[in-house]
Amino acid sequence: MISRQLTQRIAFTVITLAALLVVLPILAIVVYIVIEGVSAISWEFLTAMPRDGMKAGGIWPAIVGTLWLTLGTAVVAVPIGVGAAIYLSEYAGDNTLTRAIRIAIINLAGIPSVVFGLFGLGLFVIFLQFGTSILAGSLTLGIMTLPIIISTAEESLRAVPQSFRVVSISLGGTRWQTIQRVVLPQALPGIITGIILGLERAAGETAPILFTVAAFFLPRLPQSMFDQTMALPYHLFVISTQVPGMPVRIQYGTALVLLIFVLSMNVVATLIRRRYRSQRFW
Amino acid sequence: MNVAPSHSKSQAWLEFLIERAIQIAGISAIVLVALIFFFLIREGAPAFTTVPLTSLLVTRWYPIEGYYGLLPLVLGSLIVTVGAAIFALPLGLMTAIFVGEIAPSWVRDILKPFIEVLAGIPSVVIGFIGMVALSPLIRVALDIPTGLTAFTGALLLAWMALPTIVSVAEDALDAVPATYRDAGLALGMTRWQVIWKIVVPAARTGVLTALMLGVGRAIGETMTVMMVTGNAPRLALTPRDLFLPVRTMTATIAAEMGEVAQGSQHYFVLFAVGLTLFVITFIVNMAAAAVVFRQVKRAERVLS
Amino acid sequence: MTIQNKGSDTMVNLALAWAERYQALYPEARIAVTGGGSGTGIAALINNNVHLANASRRIKDEEIASARANGIDPQEYIIAHDAIAIIVHPSNPVDQLTLQQISDIYSGKITNWREVGGEDRPIVRLSRETNSGTHVYFLEAVVRMNDPHNRTLFSPDTLLLPSSEGIGAEVRLNPNAIGYDGLGYVTGDMKIVAVGLDAAGPFWPASVELVTSGDYPISRDMFIYAAGVPEGPVAVYLAWLMGPEAQKIVLDLGFVPYQAEAP
Repeated sequence: MISRQLTQRIAFTVITLAALLVVLPILAIVVYIVIEGVSAISWEFLTAMPRDGMKAGGIWPAIVGTLWLTLGTAVVAVPIGVGAAIYLSEYAGDNTLTRAIRIAIINLAGIPSVVFGLFGLGLFVIFLQFGTSILAGSLTLGIMTLPIIISTAEESLRAVPQSFRVVSISLGGTRWQTIQRVVLPQALPGIITGIILGLERAAGETAPILFTVAAFFLPRLPQSMFDQTMALPYHLFVISTQVPGMPVRIQYGTALVLLIFVLSMNVVATLIRRRYRSQRFW
Repeated sequence: MNVAPSHSKSQAWLEFLIERAIQIAGISAIVLVALIFFFLIREGAPAFTTVPLTSLLVTRWYPIEGYYGLLPLVLGSLIVTVGAAIFALPLGLMTAIFVGEIAPSWVRDILKPFIEVLAGIPSVVIGFIGMVALSPLIRVALDIPTGLTAFTGALLLAWMALPTIVSVAEDALDAVPATYRDAGLALGMTRWQVIWKIVVPAARTGVLTALMLGVGRAIGETMTVMMVTGNAPRLALTPRDLFLPVRTMTATIAAEMGEVAQGSQHYFVLFAVGLTLFVITFIVNMAAAAVVFRQVKRAERVLS
Repeated sequence: MTIQNKGSDTMVNLALAWAERYQALYPEARIAVTGGGSGTGIAALINNNVHLANASRRIKDEEIASARANGIDPQEYIIAHDAIAIIVHPSNPVDQLTLQQISDIYSGKITNWREVGGEDRPIVRLSRETNSGTHVYFLEAVVRMNDPHNRTLFSPDTLLLPSSEGIGAEVRLNPNAIGYDGLGYVTGDMKIVAVGLDAAGPFWPASVELVTSGDYPISRDMFIYAAGVPEGPVAVYLAWLMGPEAQKIVLDLGFVPYQAEAP
């Protein structure tokens, strides 16, 4: 009969191994991409236009495109998202409408990214005639990012103690003044964390931009929001599946740039969150 | 609502507008979900009128010749998702237990952000690594004809779903009151017995929620499966099919959407596939939502 | 204005090379290139989203009808020729196959390499996606042996890979694999299998010369479809594409320059 101590030791070992099994591949993927890709990184790679059928030169237009799309996503998702969060946290009562909104948010969060792409193609590109454009892509990505921003923003707003609001109102402020001058500033770091995490996801997505904005090769950088653009995730997909004789180095280099772009947003968000938690007034 | 004496008329008017805007933003989520749903129906419903229902149930998916059998696609998504769940649930639960109950706090502080890093890795990057590094490995290790299989996809999807599963499960474990643990220890149980026989069962609804959310994530994944599952529209009916190529619904949409002329049969059918995906994830999410409300503490990880 | 050029993945690198060269020569010119497959290009043409659609297969009658219904009158230009090479892993001992054998392999009748003189290995069939002109051409010319009444289909366990390089990647790594692709996508680390019309031979490996001479059995035209008769910058670009410099690029990339008279 196995002693309970032995059972515990076995169980804990298995579990620790499981955790390692989860963590090590993450490390392996990141390290592998760094090792294979770092040789491609250079100032030229980051700032030059691609040459020779993408096999040489740089990925500057893809980087710029991803930046534009991230900005566009923010423009679409932040006002609506933060607004919805303020509504849910400060105005909404406990009624059926509120419950319906919450259910809708959870569902929006679970919709597959390719279905967003389909929706974006059908509504923005074709029906509203925006064509494949940064506008269509940003709208699609923005809607996709909405749930993340709404829930993190709402949580940050809720975390502000009720006493802050009470004091403000007792001093004669209106509800909106209270929100604008007291609650929002306190909740801002948390809201910003959520926005960054949401934009991080949008920057890395390929399926929603496949048919709403992405192009294989454009002669110059996008000039307006009605233009197509190259983008890092799509670029990686294309150069790893479509171009013969593509130096492996460049594929890994592009993957590395995308990884750095996305993960640095993660780091920034985490740092803001940490600092926020330690600096709160409550 | 108190109005301070210095509150001018125009300020009140501005506030009124702002609050209206906030209310509109509030219901935006409902509006958008409804919009997506109706749009998918509008573009997908004609599939059911122009393509006879029997055609949609055949076993062949070959749209350029009019074969619109959805079955291989649904089975493809199913086998990859089930495979992912089989890997992800035990791994996710065990990791959650490790992070929440066993690991010393310094390990926890490193581990949690690290797992979130995985959530941030773009799916196209994971697909890329899967295609060039993992699938040849699998082909050689398992001695199968090709490494581009449902198994490869399931493996990668399991990893991608793990951050969601781990954080929600960990929240659930964390929510179990300390008194439960104390009671167990007071009765002389080992830490492991407390975890396995008290804490985990107490948190089981949360763990189930975690799995459902992870599954929802896996069903919806597109780029990774498009690059590593081979995209062959086979009927995946037996467990053996796990080690053969499959074609998922998501990869089908992504691969074929560009080539359809607006208003063609193929166009409608692809939207119908999108609608199917929407409905499936809707159901899964509703089931999870019933429980998840109580578990939401760190919502950003729930939805990442 | 930016000339929109979309379509065939087979031709996308060619289109890119053309665009790069043309814009180097004429800096005011603007050309945007996107892939997605011949089907995508033709769909864009029908939807009036593109000036020049690249296609590695001929446009279908239904597509012409859809375009005309939308007010577009597609104009066809043959811009190059291409050989479809049959490729396998370098270690594969099989050197030649008849067209019938290739058809039987892809339709699922032949499942093991030893049935065609190779090792005892299962055959892993690689193909392009259905939106690819190469796929459609292969279906008609090889699987159906150019017989319009033949309704044979690809075997359902044929892997439909995202693009030509996807096929290349798997062929390079997997000794069980057989794939088909435009000659421009064949690299030195793959083996080309010679193709013959019957078992007695002769068997021809894919090459530019054999396409030009008309001997290679699986070669095809590469098309550009314009949305109506081209005018202005589009017309100038199209004329340049038919000119010697663009055709030299065709050759450099492994395709066959177009000939004014069909061989």
